[in-house]
Amino acid sequence: MTVRLLDDWEDLPLDDLLRYCRDVVEDPDYPTVKRWREAGGKVVGHFQVYFPEEIVEAAGLLPVKVQGATVEPRQGDAHFGAYLCSIVKTSLELGLSGRLELDMFVSHPICDTARNLAAVWGRNFSYPCEVLYLPQNPNSAHSVAYLRGEYDRLRRGIEEIAGRSVTDDDLRAAIAVFNENRRLLRRLYDIKRESPWLLAVDEAYVLVALGGRIPRSEHNRLLKAAIPMIEKRDAAPQDRMRLVFEGGFCEQPPLDLLTTIAQSSYVVDDDLLIGLRWLTDDVAADGDPLETLARAYHEQSSYSAVQHDLRKPKEVMLLKRIRESGAGAAVISAAKMCEPGLDELVPHMKALDEEGIPYFVNEFEENMTSFDTLQIQLETFIENVLFA
Amino acid sequence: MSTDTTNQSSRPGEPDAQHDSIVGRGNREGSRLFRQWYEELTTAPERGEKAAYVFVMGSLAELLNSFNLNLVFPEINGLQTAVRHVSESYITQAEDYGYNSDVCGYVKADLGLQLRGGDHPMGRIPRPDIAVYTGACNTYIKWAEIWERLYGIPIFTLDVPGPRAAGRLPGRGHVDYDNDLRYVAGQIEELISVLENVTGTRFDVDRLREAMAYANTMTTAWVKILELNQSRPAVYDAVTDGTSYLGVANGFRGRPEGARYFEEVLEELEYKAATGIGTSHDQRHRLAFVGVPCYPIYRRFSEMFTERGGVFVGSTYTWFASGGWNSGYLYDLDNPLESLAEGTLITSREAMNDMFHADRLLADMVEPFGLDGVVFHGIKSCRTVSSGLADSRRAVMELADVGTLLIDSDHMDPRSVSEAQIKNRVDAFFEGLETRKLLAAAGEPEGSRR
Repeated sequence: MTVRLLDDWEDLPLDDLLRYCRDVVEDPDYPTVKRWREAGGKVVGHFQVYFPEEIVEAAGLLPVKVQGATVEPRQGDAHFGAYLCSIVKTSLELGLSGRLELDMFVSHPICDTARNLAAVWGRNFSYPCEVLYLPQNPNSAHSVAYLRGEYDRLRRGIEEIAGRSVTDDDLRAAIAVFNENRRLLRRLYDIKRESPWLLAVDEAYVLVALGGRIPRSEHNRLLKAAIPMIEKRDAAPQDRMRLVFEGGFCEQPPLDLLTTIAQSSYVVDDDLLIGLRWLTDDVAADGDPLETLARAYHEQSSYSAVQHDLRKPKEVMLLKRIRESGAGAAVISAAKMCEPGLDELVPHMKALDEEGIPYFVNEFEENMTSFDTLQIQLETFIENVLFA
Repeated sequence: MSTDTTNQSSRPGEPDAQHDSIVGRGNREGSRLFRQWYEELTTAPERGEKAAYVFVMGSLAELLNSFNLNLVFPEINGLQTAVRHVSESYITQAEDYGYNSDVCGYVKADLGLQLRGGDHPMGRIPRPDIAVYTGACNTYIKWAEIWERLYGIPIFTLDVPGPRAAGRLPGRGHVDYDNDLRYVAGQIEELISVLENVTGTRFDVDRLREAMAYANTMTTAWVKILELNQSRPAVYDAVTDGTSYLGVANGFRGRPEGARYFEEVLEELEYKAATGIGTSHDQRHRLAFVGVPCYPIYRRFSEMFTERGGVFVGSTYTWFASGGWNSGYLYDLDNPLESLAEGTLITSREAMNDMFHADRLLADMVEPFGLDGVVFHGIKSCRTVSSGLADSRRAVMELADVGTLLIDSDHMDPRSVSEAQIKNRVDAFFEGLETRKLLAAAGEPEGSRR
């Protein structure tokens, strides 16, 4: 199905385009999804972190990243316990309030709450709700074959929703579109690393996040127009600290928090919405497409607190991210009540201490609204580092 | 209905000696075995023996026992510190190390234990030589990473895919089941290689088969024990007695002592059922418990219910914390490795299902177990068992005409336990149950009593 989901943006100057993207991303009513549904399209919502969206797009459905929202979980609260992260409550709220209408919901074994979310969702909606069991032992020689089988199970489920078969050629075509998307997103992050004054962290964020709400072909068109404008942006480098932001793999910090950080520093790399950037290279276009997707998940992927991979110790990967981006310090964060995120803070702090890399520890919640204290603390941190 | 029948020795023709030797044996022998187990752990280094850290959901005890590894269950170590009212000092030690107050209390109590060299109220816990765990609880993985960083030991995630959705547990011959099974079987082969390296001994299939035979005896008894509490009166309390049985079920799985223990417990409970012996308190309200017990006030928590005539005839804890052996899966001793893979898949998946989709299982219990109410106990520490409880409660209320109670506390950290608040909620719950019974006696229609 070919439907244009964004408004006319082609003639907008860069700042206006970024503002428009931000409006779409911050809109909890998911206007692009509504437009898709109004045209008769079906929607598969997938919770954080990684999801093989190619399989959904190959079926002609719209994959939508369910990443919480800055909404009050009036109904969602009543379905969960007191001591939980915000993202599961606000995500469910999007469904219960009718803001986000789906035809299927998929969660993942990223954490204990996320697996429960699939069960809770399933008790409250009549459409299929399930867990896609991404392998938690990526070091097993049997893991790729298993994941290929699990992707095939997903494909069969998607076919039922779509009412049509998903062929290998359909999948290859989708992989090609996503490969282009991955190249464009990598270019965005290259800009952040190489000339961060051209693209602030909150601006890059909205450009990436938009991909979770529209078909990737439409996302590609927008990125292909935006990137040249960013590269030619009239902005001069300033004497700001280069930072890495770590801790945005699942619940997302509010955009205003990122804006606050951007006011006093350059965020040159991060793990924000890492699931949309999980595959770090092109996926092979030939061979069995489900197998190549499964292999890419194992062999050419990023890292996060919710995956244990002997090849990728998280603190080693963080140090690598800092070195490769030329950062001089890190903001290490965790969402409130996020067990894996909070667990990871300790080894991160230890590793950064050992390497003598300054860091700023931050706990956030997607619904937080006050950033004055954060701003003062962060500026003090930066001054301490710069003038120590 | 008062069913306190501890005076059964006066039954005509019933010899006192038989009664005294059988009734209460499970708890007495369970305590003795626990002391024995911790003594074994304490002296393991002296004997030059190695230790494997494992968890209750997917312990792989049969395989690890065949390598003569001492099994350390950090969850059980943790709850023992809470029951003995010393968990807070372990937890705060881990918080001083850097762990957040919102991290699982089990994890922090264990880190406190490691930081003080294994010093535990029950003995001295040896350091791990390896950690083996499933992903039935995601925190297992994060927890094992701590040992990996502390000691540089191998840690092995035996990834067992869980239920994809409610009611979807495909079996043999289904393409998705076969895919999961191949994955689990392949990982077990890889684990055996790792164990051979860690222990320096070759895998012995006959030792595995022997351990599996003991496990089969335990499983057969466990399933019967769980069903026996359909008896009126209930023959044991599923939260207190059931938790004692669970300790042995985990600590002695695949061992002759475990098999003998469960045969004796079954004999005890069958005797009690046949002779009408209940628990040591009045039973006016038959309840199911969902979640993990409140260990920091373990005795008092139980008393809040027993004092009001409540008895827990069932507990989801006895399902998932037994590692899903309530599924009744029995090993095929002629095909031990294949069967180990299948048993690991089915039981771990069952444990996950018992946590995530308990609502339907609880509704199915109402009639055979004569449930009057269901108590949901959410704990701050554990997102695995607690995240869905509020929603599960709503579902149970839709599916069945029983009273329900949802309370929040913690299973480890006394700072998150408010005894007075829990008591208020429990008292109100019982008043509701009593009102429901009065209305039922007066002929009010079902559903009007929720």
